[in-house]
Amino acid sequence: MSKQINVALIGNPNTGKTSVFNALTGLNQKVGNYPGITVEKKEGVCKLPRGVKAHILDLPGTYSLNATSLDENVVIELLLNKKDKNFPDLAIVVTDVENLKRNLLLFTQIKDLEIPTVLVINMADRMSKKGISLDIPLLEEKLNTKIALVSSRKNTGIDKIKELILDHRNIPTSTCVDTTVIDKTYFEGLQNAFPSQSVYKLWLVITQDINFANLDRNLVKDTSDFSTKSKSDLKRLQQKETIIRYKFINDVLKEGYKVDLNAAKGLRSRLDRILTHKIYGYVIFFLILLLIFQAIYDWSQYPMDFIDGLFATISDWTKNTLPPGAFTNLIAEGIIPGLGGIVIFIPQIAFLFLFISVLEESGYMSRVVFLMDRVMRRFGLSGKSVVPLISGTACAIPAVMATRNIESWKERLITILVTPFTTCSARLPVYLIIIALVIPDTTYLGLNVQGLTLMLLYLLGFGTAVFSAWALNKVLKIKSRSFFVVEMPNYKLPLIKNVGITVLEKTKSFVIGAGKIILAISIILWFLASNGPSDNFRNAEEIVTNQTESNNLSSDELATKIASYKLQNSYIGIAGKAIEPAIEPLGYDWKIGIAIISSFAAREVFVGTLATIYSVGSEEEDTIKNQMAAEVHADGRKIFNLASGISLLLFYAFAMQCMSTLAIVKRETNSWKWPMAQLFIMSGFAYLVALIAYQFLK
Amino acid sequence: MRFTVAHLKRGEKGIIKDISADQIPIKLFEMGCLPGSEVELIQFAPFQDPMYININGSFLAIRRETALHIEVEKVEEKPTL
Repeated sequence: MSKQINVALIGNPNTGKTSVFNALTGLNQKVGNYPGITVEKKEGVCKLPRGVKAHILDLPGTYSLNATSLDENVVIELLLNKKDKNFPDLAIVVTDVENLKRNLLLFTQIKDLEIPTVLVINMADRMSKKGISLDIPLLEEKLNTKIALVSSRKNTGIDKIKELILDHRNIPTSTCVDTTVIDKTYFEGLQNAFPSQSVYKLWLVITQDINFANLDRNLVKDTSDFSTKSKSDLKRLQQKETIIRYKFINDVLKEGYKVDLNAAKGLRSRLDRILTHKIYGYVIFFLILLLIFQAIYDWSQYPMDFIDGLFATISDWTKNTLPPGAFTNLIAEGIIPGLGGIVIFIPQIAFLFLFISVLEESGYMSRVVFLMDRVMRRFGLSGKSVVPLISGTACAIPAVMATRNIESWKERLITILVTPFTTCSARLPVYLIIIALVIPDTTYLGLNVQGLTLMLLYLLGFGTAVFSAWALNKVLKIKSRSFFVVEMPNYKLPLIKNVGITVLEKTKSFVIGAGKIILAISIILWFLASNGPSDNFRNAEEIVTNQTESNNLSSDELATKIASYKLQNSYIGIAGKAIEPAIEPLGYDWKIGIAIISSFAAREVFVGTLATIYSVGSEEEDTIKNQMAAEVHADGRKIFNLASGISLLLFYAFAMQCMSTLAIVKRETNSWKWPMAQLFIMSGFAYLVALIAYQFLK
Repeated sequence: MRFTVAHLKRGEKGIIKDISADQIPIKLFEMGCLPGSEVELIQFAPFQDPMYININGSFLAIRRETALHIEVEKVEEKPTL
């Protein structure tokens, strides 16, 4: 057996589909993207008896085959396209035993595509608690399929799934529901027009238009000629289709599924009474937010200090061990500090995703959405905007992607546009070092002034996000109905394995994604600062020595003069001088200008850039902070004073953050219009505010 | 005036009579919001919006403006002792 069996895992959200995927594949999985879109593609390999392997594709969760989002559309595109290399030999529909009825809707739709389909009934461990009993043989007969009763929590039934995968050739492909009865003449006409196609497939292609116009049109050519029905007629037919499907499901479950209603309820209603309470609900949410921030900005300090020290040691060691030369300098001054700048964010990113994934797995996130919807709607946002805005404190990129489940386009667009205002963790090193330089380390009313400044910057970011959402809501004239349906899943204890895999995956993709950019930038910067175009750069030693001959400088002073002359005549120095007039009114010199420009690749590069520029420019190795504090203007004034410091802080608070954010906004809005608007409006505003602050304070 | 899900009080139940199909997302149908289904109002957020409901075992939150399009007949329940 050399051929892999292609298996697609399909199911509603909150059915434990990912748990089943994790149980089948373990760590043999990889997360990528579907070509051209940012929908996450999770695939893995499952080892079966007799050396057979199955390729498992974990498709995005969907309630039905009527796509309402990019994620759901992936499922339909795959299932309708037999030529796709991932087209499943077997579809596994994962359902939650407590929501079997609703989950079966999707099952019947997939069965009707005549794909071999088996049913996994998950969360079997909750059956006795909820008073549910199942007649599996009867259900298998009525649904004409094979069923595996699984508990991914207790790890039972997984072997049964593997058996079914091995046996995929014997899984029936018969259909469940005859949809043509909802409008006989219409479907007959359809079939006659395209005799070679399955009529249900045709129907799916036609109706996708109502909800989501992104289907591969080549599948069925010229269906547009067949749009004899209006959109609202089609929608009414879809409602009818749903009704007959539920009728079928009710008939099936009448005998095979028994639930003792008295045994149900319990935990959910008790927890909901507190967690969705008018007052306690908000208090608890606020406390959880505090806990998250505490973890991100306090607890993670310890591992971060450790990482910082570690990289400094490695850099030092490299410099002392390797033979001196350009290559060693590149490693010690360019690559290692660059890598350190990425690794140092791992604790914060990991903490954030740990909390987000626990909150989502437990079912609590939906309650937050419920509590916040009304408040957020005042500002043109949705309850679902809460998750992106919280994620934004780590990084805007996953945050912008987390807006996908917002149904209303207007609310989603506003969320995407304002999310970059929230203070992402990459801005933290910039804030920290500037605060340390210009804000006095004293207490005011018993509170540390530096800490207060940091908190003010966070509030400023969040406040600006909300305020601009409100303004955008007034300005944007987009007609979009605010459909809002949120499932309130059962409360569950999060599975450590699932949380662990999520944290691992997200952290890995951050490190690799952001890491590549930061590493590249630090190497380029180092190169630009160590080379120059003119003879001035190459003959720096001679020129400076000649100029200062009469001054009787010590050799140390001379070396510093030479280095700084070199830097001014390097590529980076020339570029910096060119932009200096634009940033001088803000109180910055050309070195800060270079740092600002290069930090457009990623915020944390700001500190690294200054570090690179200063360490290339000086012979002695000193901490970045001391080097920055020692920088002076030609007339002896400090470069980093209160006025220029505040001006920098404000600039970073408002400016459009980085090019990765621009790229993700372009992808998610499918146009350059919005990211460009963000770039010019946000950065323009930042420039203006920084200008006013500096001119006022200087 | 039509009596809709939005007019239920906390803990009250109703049977869905009619749904304005054009005003309702297809997702809601798929979650079991169909004529004949039973709806229970579990919880309101402040200002009675959104509403947390149970339709035939599906626990959902919907906005008031959507709830106004789901006409129900109130089920009078005898208090259980």
